[in-house]
Amino acid sequence: MDFDFSQEQEILRDSAKRFVEKECSVDYIKQFVDNKTFFTDEMWQKIAELGWTAVLIPEEYGGLGLSFVDLGIILEEMGRGPMPGPFISSVVLAGEAIRLAGNPNQKDAYLPKMAMGEVKGTLAWAEPGDLSSLDNITLTANSAGESFTLNGTKIFVPDADLADFIICVVKTEEGTGLFLVEKEDPGVGIKVLPTMDRTVNLCEVVFNNVAVPKDALLGQAGAADAFLRQVFNRVNVAYSLDMVGGGRKVLDMGIEYAKTRVQFGQAIGSFQAIKHKCAELLMGVECSRSIAYYAAWAQEQDEREATINASGAKIFSSDMYRKATKEVLQILGGIGFSWEHELHIYLKRAKCLGALFGDAAFHRERVAQELGY
Amino acid sequence: MDFLYNAAEQAFKDKFETWLSSHVPEGFGAPQYVSPGTWDKMAEEYRRFQGALFDAGYAGINFPKSYGGAEGNVMENIIVSELTGPVYFHAMGGCHVISLGLAAPTILAWGNETQKQEFLPKTLNGQIIWSQGFSEPNAGSDLASLGTRTAKEGDEYIINGQKIWSSFAHIADWCILVCRTDNTVAKHKGLSYFLVDMKLPGIQVRPIMNIAGEAEFNEIFFEDVRVPEAMRVGREGDGWKVALTTLGHERYLGEVAMASTFLKEYNEIVALAKRLELNGRVASKDPIIRQKLAQIYVELSVMRCSGYRNMSKLAKGEMPGPEGSVGKLFWSELHQEMTEVAIDMLGPYHQLTAKSKYSIDNGKWGFHFLRAKGNTIEQGTSEIQKNIIGERVLGLPKDSARIVKKG
Repeated sequence: MDFDFSQEQEILRDSAKRFVEKECSVDYIKQFVDNKTFFTDEMWQKIAELGWTAVLIPEEYGGLGLSFVDLGIILEEMGRGPMPGPFISSVVLAGEAIRLAGNPNQKDAYLPKMAMGEVKGTLAWAEPGDLSSLDNITLTANSAGESFTLNGTKIFVPDADLADFIICVVKTEEGTGLFLVEKEDPGVGIKVLPTMDRTVNLCEVVFNNVAVPKDALLGQAGAADAFLRQVFNRVNVAYSLDMVGGGRKVLDMGIEYAKTRVQFGQAIGSFQAIKHKCAELLMGVECSRSIAYYAAWAQEQDEREATINASGAKIFSSDMYRKATKEVLQILGGIGFSWEHELHIYLKRAKCLGALFGDAAFHRERVAQELGY
Repeated sequence: MDFLYNAAEQAFKDKFETWLSSHVPEGFGAPQYVSPGTWDKMAEEYRRFQGALFDAGYAGINFPKSYGGAEGNVMENIIVSELTGPVYFHAMGGCHVISLGLAAPTILAWGNETQKQEFLPKTLNGQIIWSQGFSEPNAGSDLASLGTRTAKEGDEYIINGQKIWSSFAHIADWCILVCRTDNTVAKHKGLSYFLVDMKLPGIQVRPIMNIAGEAEFNEIFFEDVRVPEAMRVGREGDGWKVALTTLGHERYLGEVAMASTFLKEYNEIVALAKRLELNGRVASKDPIIRQKLAQIYVELSVMRCSGYRNMSKLAKGEMPGPEGSVGKLFWSELHQEMTEVAIDMLGPYHQLTAKSKYSIDNGKWGFHFLRAKGNTIEQGTSEIQKNIIGERVLGLPKDSARIVKKG
C-alpha cells in the first residue's frame, strides 16, 4: 500500500496549478459568466498540448495510458478555477464510453484524435421528466436496413454545443444501446439551456429522424448497461475531484477575508463564530479529498468498490462544496451576495455539479442498494 | 497511490489474523455491552493480552527494538491497529490508547535514556497501565492554566493539587502528570511533566460515574506526594511542550483502529436494521433509515482513508501536528451520529435496560448513545479542536481574550 502521490504526480499537480492560475484568472471567469468571453478552440489546444486530453487513453491509441488518479489531480486543480469548458464531458463521458464500450475500429477512429485534442465529445443520457431513474430512456433507435433512425429528446447534456460528436443512450429492442452521433448529422438539434451556473453548458439535444450507420453502435445493442455504470461512476468521481478543488478555493477566499477584514477593532477571523466555520470547512475539504482520491483509485479495481466509493465521493464532495459556498458567503457578508464577487460562480457550480448524474440523496440510496440493504 | 496489500503485507496480515484468533481474551471484542464493576478482571486480561502481543512481536510496531518495540513498518502498524482495535472495544481500548498511544510515544520523544529503558518495554508488554493527569476542575480547555503545584525539596518535588477526568486512574500503575513548577512566568512556561507512581503515599483516586453509568474516569488527589526529580520528563518548564506531544499523539493516532472498531459497531447496527420492524417493514427498507445508513457507511470510509493518509505522514517521520484535530473532530461527530441512528430506529425501546425482558440487544444501544456523548468532550472538545484548526492549521488570528500576556 502507498497512500501518497508519487513525485511524477506532484509535478503534474504543479503544472496543472500553474496552468489554471494563468489561464483561468478571476477576470477571465467573471467575463466568462457575463458572456463576454467564451470557451475557445485555442484553449482546448493548450489543454491538449499539455497532454491532458490523452491521460486516460491507452498508449496503443496515441494516449498516455495514465491512471484515473492522475486525471484526478488535474481535475482538482481545474476545480479551483473553476475552469469552464468541456474537459470532463469530453475526456470522461465520451472518452471513457468509447474506451470501455467501443470496438477496435471505433477506438481507432476516435481515441487518437481525442488524445490529440482534434475532436471533443459528450454523452447524452437524461431525458425530460423523472430523472431519478437511470433507466428512464424513451429515445428510440429503429433499425432500417443498414442504418438506425434515432428519434427523441435528451436534456442536461453537458457541453453538447462544444462537442463534435455525441454518444447517445437509446432504448433498442435488445435493451440499452449507445450510439455515436456526429453533431453535423442531419436532424441533430442542439440548444444551450439558459442556466444559473454558466461554467457548464447544459444542453437540450433533439434527435429528429437522425440516420446513423450500424457501425455507429458502440459495442453491442443491449450490452451498454455495464459500461454506462462505469462511465456514470467515473463522471461522478471526476465531478467530486473538481468540487474538492473548488471547495478548497472557496475556503481560501473565506480565510483570506477573515484575516484582513476588521470589525470591532479586530480581524473577524479571531471570532470563533467565523473561525469555527473555517475549521469545519477544512474538515469537509480534507475528508472529501481523502475519499475522492480513494474513489479515483478504486475505479480501476473491482466494480463494487468502484461504485460504492464513486457514490461516496459524490455524496461527500457535493455536500461539502454546497456548505463551503454557503458559509463563505456568510463570512464575506454583503460582498459575497454581490454579482461583482466571484463567490456566486462557485456557489452555482456547486449546485450544478452536485445535481448532475445523481445528487447526494440519489447516491445514498445507491450505496444502500449496493450494500444489499 | 495504491490501496492494495503487497505480498509481504498480505502475508503479515494473514499471519497476524491467525495469531489473533487464538489469543483474544474472554469478553474482549464481544458485541454485548460489558458491564462495569469487573475492572480488576479487565485489567488482568489486558495485561495478559498485551503481554502475548509483545511476546509474539506485535506490540509497539513503531517503536525501536532497543526499547522492546517491533520496529516494523507503517503498514504493519496499520494492520495490527485495524485488527486489534475491535478486540479492545468496550473493554480496554481507551486504556491501550493512553498507555501505548500517549505515554509511550511521549517518553520515546522526550524521556532520557534511563526513563526509556525503564518504562517503554514495560508499557509495551502491558505490565504498566498509564493514566493521564492533565485536566483539573478549573483547567479544562484552558489546560495551561492548571494549578496543581510543586515545591522542590532536595532531589524531590512535593506535589499538591487535584486532577480530574483521568480515565483508568483506578487501575493505573503510573500517571503522566503535568504540574506547575513556576508561577512567576507566563502560564505555558511554568509547567513541568512528570511520571508518577500511583502507589506513592498521598495519592487518592475517586471514580466518577459518567452519564452511561460507567465509572471509567476519576478524580486524582495529590497531598504532599514526593516525586523524585529523576521522574521529570524534559527540563523544568518544558511541561507544555511535552504535553503538546502527548496531545498531538492523542488526536492523531488510533484513527485507523477506531475506524475498524466503528465499522464493527456499524455492522451490528445494520444487522439490527435488518431484523427490526418499522412502519410495517424491516427498518433497512425504510427510505430515511437507508439514507442514514449509507451516509454513515461513507463517513466510515472517509475516516479510514484519512487515517491512512495520516499514517503515511508518520511513516515519513513527520510528528503528529495540529491536523490531527481534523480527524478527532470528524470521528467524534461521526460516532454520535452513528449511535443516534440505532437509537432512532428503536423508538421507545432504546430506553429499556438489560433488566427488561423487552430490551433489545441488552439495552446496549442506549449505552453506546450515552457513551458517545463523551466523544466530543474527551481529548479536547470539538470547540477546542476547531480553535486549533483555525489558528494552527489555517493561520487565523487568536481571539483577543486568549492572547497570552507576555511576562
